[in-house]
Amino acid sequence: MKELISKITKDYLFRLIKDGKRLDGRDLLEQRDLDIETGWIGTAEGSARVHLGDTDVIVGIKMDVGEPFPDTPEKGVMITSAELIPMASPKYESGPPREDATELARVVDRGIREGEVMDVKKLCIKKGEKVWLVFVDMHILDFDGNLFDACGIALMAALMNTIVPAERHELGEDYPLPVEHVVVPTTFYKVKDQIMLDVRLEEEMIADARLTVATNENGDIVAMQKGLSGVFEYEETISCIEESKKIGDELRKQLDKIKS
Amino acid sequence: MAEEELKLIDEKGIRNDGRKFDELRPIKIEAGVLKRADGSAFLEWGENKVMAAVYGPREMHPRHAQDPSRAVVQARYNMAAFSVPDRKRPGPDRRSVEISKLMSEALEEIIFVEHFPRASIDIFVEVLEASAGTRCAALTAASVALADAGIPMSDMIASCAAGKIGGKVVLDLGKKEDNFGQADVPMGMVPTTGKITLLQMDGNLTMEEYKQAMELAMDACKEIYKIQRDALKRRYSTSISTFEETNDMEEE
Amino acid sequence: MDDKKKYKRELLLPGDMIEEEGVKPGRGTFKKDNKIYAAKLGVKTVRSGYVNIAAQSGRYDPRKGDKVIGTVTDVNSSIWMVDVNSPFPAVLHVNDVPWRVEFGDTKSYIDVGDAILVKISNVDELKKIQISMDEEGLRKLNNGQIIEIAPSQVPRIIGRKGSMISMLKNYTDCRIFVGQNGRIWVDGPLEGQYVAVKAIQMIEENAQVVGLTDAVEEYLRKETGKDLELERKKLE
Repeated sequence: MKELISKITKDYLFRLIKDGKRLDGRDLLEQRDLDIETGWIGTAEGSARVHLGDTDVIVGIKMDVGEPFPDTPEKGVMITSAELIPMASPKYESGPPREDATELARVVDRGIREGEVMDVKKLCIKKGEKVWLVFVDMHILDFDGNLFDACGIALMAALMNTIVPAERHELGEDYPLPVEHVVVPTTFYKVKDQIMLDVRLEEEMIADARLTVATNENGDIVAMQKGLSGVFEYEETISCIEESKKIGDELRKQLDKIKS
Repeated sequence: MAEEELKLIDEKGIRNDGRKFDELRPIKIEAGVLKRADGSAFLEWGENKVMAAVYGPREMHPRHAQDPSRAVVQARYNMAAFSVPDRKRPGPDRRSVEISKLMSEALEEIIFVEHFPRASIDIFVEVLEASAGTRCAALTAASVALADAGIPMSDMIASCAAGKIGGKVVLDLGKKEDNFGQADVPMGMVPTTGKITLLQMDGNLTMEEYKQAMELAMDACKEIYKIQRDALKRRYSTSISTFEETNDMEEE
Repeated sequence: MDDKKKYKRELLLPGDMIEEEGVKPGRGTFKKDNKIYAAKLGVKTVRSGYVNIAAQSGRYDPRKGDKVIGTVTDVNSSIWMVDVNSPFPAVLHVNDVPWRVEFGDTKSYIDVGDAILVKISNVDELKKIQISMDEEGLRKLNNGQIIEIAPSQVPRIIGRKGSMISMLKNYTDCRIFVGQNGRIWVDGPLEGQYVAVKAIQMIEENAQVVGLTDAVEEYLRKETGKDLELERKKLE
């Protein structure tokens, strides 16, 4: 099932955006209201529900004990998946994850992994034999654009909320997951040479190109992803990174508040 | 595990979690919580958290599955990977396929399917946190979401389970009671007519116990029906449009 | 304003019995054992001997004679397929447009993605929908924008005898057309469009039904700097 947007509405959107305006009155680089609720799922080791405007996502974290990968015998393992369930949008269908869901999971995962958010060495129980497995599941309940940021923020919040279930596995007392860095992604969409962030559905539908930049608290870039068939100028990527750092710092302040 | 050791219910008839034999866990319902779906409901029932969304009536896909005389009702019950203590692999398993089928059939009974030939009415239920009784929670939430979506129906469905623990018949089994009890009877009914639209049972019951269990569950459904109604009334209390339907058009 | 009295009307849910003497079951109701029940979530209305349920939610249910805004999804040599916000696409045949279209020349008149103002000319038992553009006022929409609201809220946007919509037009200098299918076309100066859309969203979402008209007028006055009430008084 396809989403539909008429030509005149598209043209109107283009006109607005050219003037630096948006449907809901925001500035191009202004985020929607963000609401983060952690510890929402009792059966999960960590969880967060994030509302970014009308986009609504839940990230749940489950932990188990298992074998490490042979090439990283002393590191814990993180496995990330996303489900674009048909509840969230008329265009999503039941069945195994498609390209979109896979890309979403990988991009969000990359920020956390490359940003060394978790000290995975601390998740080693016995070198080469037993490590903690961290299962991340992202559940999209309502889709109104910008899943990358909603999921990225939710995952970071969920990790900060995670308690390692050591007792259940007879490995001593439970303890908070060792979180070393706070990484958040910011995703930019390019529409007719204008760059905006935190798009809503209609804006996402008419976008030419997308760029996700994940940064940490030092202002370092830890993951990037360019998507869609449009292109960016090199200078544009620089300003996106600058902006991502700024937005990232704001988000980190909000995340610090919920830290358990 | 021996029931004696676990003591699911004591001499005074007080259960593990402090409830009496005929007491429901707390139930909260909120209608119209999702933007994209045509109708939705979020339900908390004890530790259970369930979201239901409805899309439709809409064009049935694949086309060869269309019914030229009526709408096809398709419910999909799905458990989130993190909804249970041991992570569940995403995607349908035999259990959720069975529950989805029973839910579709139960809901089909109350929907005026003949109003929408060739269409589908899709109900998606996501179990976000599970703690015994999710199918009853799912069916209860689905019914609210259908009403919220403005789907024409002859009635609503409420659903609840009763069962047997420590030799006693009780209402609405909790997690431990479900795991270590002797019988479970999840049922769904139309509270206004008493017609039963869902019925399963596992374990061991005498005829007398079955009757007791059903009476408890049927009474509880009436209570749940009130909670469903309240949720919908709250949702629409501020936005009721009382203008007559009109064909008047306004231009320029 | 008798908004207050109307506001007290009770919300009925599917399966609720309708207590009303000497009426026939109308839209959104059904009859069982000689009693009439609500089939949908909505409010009871009585008109010409029929009791109806005015739905408060749900998709657009097309009715013959409705004027709606459609978006073209497909074209072939003799018909256009048009999304009118109902479960199935509607069919617009070349004979039902105001121009003489040569066979195979459909695309040059109306193309995929075009928004059109049409009338529902027929809905058959299989819910197949035919639409027509061959009537005064019906046409292709070339400028402006289209927003969507819940079809059940259309009467609120129009207002009693069109009062709400005329107020919106007068303040914003926009042309506004409200389709029965919940799609609204707004055209005019960009600023005006913006204010009109905001006001429409305000009407759709606003909780306070009592005094809504005043609240909307207040908003329009503030945003546009116009004061039509004052102008009216001056004229008097």
